[in-house]
Amino acid sequence: MIFGLEFPPIENLVEWPTFLGKDWYGFNKISLTYVIAVLITVAFFVVAAAGRKLVPKGVQNIAESSVKFIEDGIIMETIGPDGMRYLPYLASLFFFILFSNLFEVVPGFHMPANARMGGPAFLALLTWAYFIIVGIKHQGPGKYLKNSLFPPGVPVALYILVTPIEFISTFLVRPFSLAVRLFANMLAGHILLVTFSVLCATLWVLGALVLALPFSFFMLTALTGFEIMVAFLQAYIFTILAAVYLGGAMHPEH
Amino acid sequence: MSVLAQAAAAATSTPDELKAQAGATGAGFAYGLAAIGPGIGIGYLVGQSVQAMARQPEAAGMVRTTMFLGIAFTEALALIGFVVFILLKFV
Repeated sequence: MIFGLEFPPIENLVEWPTFLGKDWYGFNKISLTYVIAVLITVAFFVVAAAGRKLVPKGVQNIAESSVKFIEDGIIMETIGPDGMRYLPYLASLFFFILFSNLFEVVPGFHMPANARMGGPAFLALLTWAYFIIVGIKHQGPGKYLKNSLFPPGVPVALYILVTPIEFISTFLVRPFSLAVRLFANMLAGHILLVTFSVLCATLWVLGALVLALPFSFFMLTALTGFEIMVAFLQAYIFTILAAVYLGGAMHPEH
Repeated sequence: MSVLAQAAAAATSTPDELKAQAGATGAGFAYGLAAIGPGIGIGYLVGQSVQAMARQPEAAGMVRTTMFLGIAFTEALALIGFVVFILLKFV
């Protein structure tokens, strides 16, 4: 115990102890963070929509400009005007991931909920199922499989090579890389912050070495800012990749 | 001499300790090697994107979106290396 700061043991990186229930129905800090993130996401849009005015102010202003950003910066750039029907899914995905990431720098939590594989894996599987359903609905099952496994414009003999690669990259690697990207980015950021916090706390009690503390503390502060940026960036990248996959399922050949 | 000392240490340690040592060494190498390729790749990618934006500032928005997509795909390799590091070290 230093300054009432108690660092959890390193095993907690892969398994956090539960404080309610055990095994698969165990409720721990990560589950609590997810519940809070869902509540914040719902509250954000409910509050923004409650007192709608022609000239937006406060929460409504933030909500409108961020939805506008998802419309212009993500959907129009990747799918086009007919992708607007996916706005609710993409917007809730973006805000849920963003809020659960931001718990990395919230005092008392200091752990991004997405630094555990379960959450990102579920979101990635949801997106995976969604884009397959969209592809089947818009092109029909046979045509969708044909378009995604046998891309047009390839010499027939090359399909021996191309088809397995396309199958692996579209149906196996996509959900895996989507989940691992979010999970590993948040976990790496968390470890980075923990490293500098532990270094700061250790230097404080090491006598003359306390002179090195300002450097470590500066790094900690700078990296906290950097991690807030990473939280935004990862939410943006997850959403834009989901939009790209949905767009690819809607319009087969570009 | 240090090789001999290492051999002596290895001879006295139990299989579990040996496994942990090999895991730790492998974890370090796994992440270090996995970071080389994506490092070069992201550097090249962002450099070319900056060049494109400087040559044609009106296309900056489109280039930026594509750049983030490219970064996301390139970065995945390094992140898989990081996951392998965690698996080797803790599991």
